[in-house]
Amino acid sequence: MSRVLAFVAGALLLSAAPFAAQADGGRRMPAQVPPAYAAECGSCHLAFPPGALPARSWLRMVSGLDDHYGTDASLDEATVQQLSGWLVAHAGTWKRVREEPPQDRITRSAWFEHKHRRIAPSAWKLPSIRSAANCAACHGRAEQGEFDDDRLRVPAGLDARSRRAFDE
Amino acid sequence: MSPRLRDVAAGALPWALLLLMAAAGPAARAADTSAAQQLLRWSAQAGQPGDAAAGRVFFTSRHGGEWSCASCHGNPPTTNGRHESTGKTIAPLAPAFNPKSFTDTAKVEKWFRRNCRDVLERECSAREKADVLAFLQGLQP
Repeated sequence: MSRVLAFVAGALLLSAAPFAAQADGGRRMPAQVPPAYAAECGSCHLAFPPGALPARSWLRMVSGLDDHYGTDASLDEATVQQLSGWLVAHAGTWKRVREEPPQDRITRSAWFEHKHRRIAPSAWKLPSIRSAANCAACHGRAEQGEFDDDRLRVPAGLDARSRRAFDE
Repeated sequence: MSPRLRDVAAGALPWALLLLMAAAGPAARAADTSAAQQLLRWSAQAGQPGDAAAGRVFFTSRHGGEWSCASCHGNPPTTNGRHESTGKTIAPLAPAFNPKSFTDTAKVEKWFRRNCRDVLERECSAREKADVLAFLQGLQP
């Protein structure tokens, strides 16, 4: 009997663990990332941490994946439901993320613009960066969900003024 | 096997299965196809074998829009590509340079659907897919 109970409890734990709603709302990547998120949202761009946007922005985004910033990123309904639940559970709730940015773009968020205020607008267009969405160009551990300032690397061709932002 | 050992093994089996399921996760898919099989499949649907030369032209043409397949996958797609708008690295598409390329039917379907809409604003025909597969299969080290 006790073995049956332990089995049921274990099964519940195991099945829930990958998507445990920790509702942290912070900036860090949650410890558990659904494999579908990395696979579906991390192919064309970095798998951005859910804390980078508020819940309403994520909900709008996942409901319009067939025209996702000009490209078709459509998914089957079951995956959309799974990912939207996870995104909302971990969406950003901290101070500078609460306001929904224009077009639900992370790069137009108040927090993003504040953090990158010393980067010259022209820098984003460098061949070594190409897009403000290319976090990994400067954030060496972005793929692992780490965006600490002390892990920065200077991309090739960066102008002297923008480079100073890396020293502080 | 002693009765005691069998008991332990029987008790452990569901756990092992659960652990496997948890590790694999819902998005993990088996390698259920190959580039060669995909080439046969699209050729059969098209009613003619894939044409590598036509595939090369198709792959590198813009089809009246802004992007070609090569915009992100590179030309030839034998090394890492780079997403045209985000800059994200994309693994080589040619099967001889990427053992995972075209090994998952659901992924093949998904990316043909999405990317053809991005490049051609429509889905690709079986003949176009066969031609592209023939071109990619022809790329060898």
